[in-house]
Amino acid sequence: MKPIKTPRQAVENMKDGCSIMIGGFISCGRPAEVLEAIYEKGIKDLTIISNDTSKEETGIIKLVMAGRVTKFIGSYIGMNRIMGEKMKSGEIKIELVPQGTFVERIRAAGAGLGGVLTPTGLGTAIAEGKEVLTVDGKKYLLEKPLRADFAVVRANKADKYGNGFSAGSSKNFNAAMAMAAAHVILEAEEIVEPGQLDPEKVTFPCVFIDTLVKVSKAVAKGVN
Amino acid sequence: MRLRIAKRIARELPENSIVNLGIGIPTLVSNFIPEGKGILLHSENGYIGLGAPAAPGQEDPNLVNAGGQAATLVPGGCCFDSSMSFAIIRGGHLDYTILGALEVDEEGNLANYTIPGKFIPGIGGAMDLSVGAKNVVIAMEHVSKHGEPKIVKKCTLPLTAPKEVNLIVTEMAFIRVTPAGLVLEEIAEDTTVEEVIKNTGAKLIIAEKLGRF
Repeated sequence: MKPIKTPRQAVENMKDGCSIMIGGFISCGRPAEVLEAIYEKGIKDLTIISNDTSKEETGIIKLVMAGRVTKFIGSYIGMNRIMGEKMKSGEIKIELVPQGTFVERIRAAGAGLGGVLTPTGLGTAIAEGKEVLTVDGKKYLLEKPLRADFAVVRANKADKYGNGFSAGSSKNFNAAMAMAAAHVILEAEEIVEPGQLDPEKVTFPCVFIDTLVKVSKAVAKGVN
Repeated sequence: MRLRIAKRIARELPENSIVNLGIGIPTLVSNFIPEGKGILLHSENGYIGLGAPAAPGQEDPNLVNAGGQAATLVPGGCCFDSSMSFAIIRGGHLDYTILGALEVDEEGNLANYTIPGKFIPGIGGAMDLSVGAKNVVIAMEHVSKHGEPKIVKKCTLPLTAPKEVNLIVTEMAFIRVTPAGLVLEEIAEDTTVEEVIKNTGAKLIIAEKLGRF
C-alpha cells in the first residue's frame, strides 16, 4: 500500500534545484493539483521535464513566470509567448527534443537501458554533438536516458497499491514518466481498494508509484 | 485555395490507410476523406481513430487532438500512450503523414520547424513523423507570403528531416519527389506549366501525361 497524501504533503521533499517530470499533453492528463502545490511551495532553480507548456497561465507557465524554472526539457513551447521571451533573455535554458525521442529517452531511463538509437534527428541540428552509430548498415543517433528526481503523473483511477488507469489520450507521457524518476507522485481522481480496479485496465503498474494524491475530477476545456 | 490542396490530398489516400494530419492545411484534409474507405486518423498524443471535434457540452477531458482541442474517437478507435504512439510513427507503421512546410527541395529535404533568429516554438512530432511514415506528403501554399518560392533547389532553413518527402501538393501543383528529381504530375485547373515553373525555385521534370486538378 502507498501513502495517500494531500498535494502539499506530497511535495514536501522537493527542494530547490531538483528536477521534476510533469506528465500530460497540453492540459490532457496534466497533474494540475500537485503542480499547483509545487508552485505554492515556492521552490526554485527547477528543471522541468514536460512535453509542452500549456497555453493558459497556470501550471508550468505559472512556475516559469515566477522565475522558478532554470531549465526546461520538452518538445513544444510554442503555445505560450512567455517561454519565447524567457528563451530570448536567456533566463531559462531550453532543450527541445523531438517528441518521440523525448518519450523514448524517458522510457529508456525507466527501463534500465543505456539510451535509444533513433533515426529521428539525423542530418538535423538535433544531431549536433551526438554520437551516430551504424547497426546492420543503418545509421542511428544515440540519445541518452532522461531521468528526474521526481515525476508527477495523473490517472483517472488508482488503487491503494498505486496501480493506475488513465483514460483516452491522457495516458500520453504519464505512462513513461511513472518509470523514470527517483520518487513518483500519482494524482488520481479516484482511489479505490485493491480489487476495485480492473487488472486489465492498468496503464502503469503499482511498482513505479511512491505516493498517491486524491484530486478532483478533470473538467473539459477548449484549447489550453 | 487551401481547401483545394486538402481535397486533392484526400483523393490520394488509399483505402484502409492510417494517416496523421499536421496542423494548418493538413487538418483540412479530414473534411474530404470519404466515409467507408476505412481510413483512420492517427493522433500523435495517443490514439488511432481521431473523429470530429467534440460538440459543445460533449467534451471529454481525457480526449484531445494534437492541438489540444476536445476531440472524439470513431467506432473502432483505440488509445495508447506516447511511447506506443511514436513506435507506430517511427517504426514505419503509419501509411501517410501530411505536413506543412517552410521549404522543400529537389532531394526531398524538408524544413518546417524554425527560421533562424526567430522564436523556435518547438519540434513536436514533426521530425519523427517525417522520418518514420511510409509516405510524407507536404501540403502548403506554393509561395511564401512574400511571394518567394517554397520549393527550392536546396533548403537553406534548418532541416526537419533530410530526403524524406515523397509528394508536394500546393494550390498550383502536384509534384512527386523521385530519384531523378521533382516530377510535375498535375497542375491546377486555373494555372499553366509556365506559371508553375515561374513560381518554383527548383528544376521541374514535366510528366508526359500532365494531369489537372
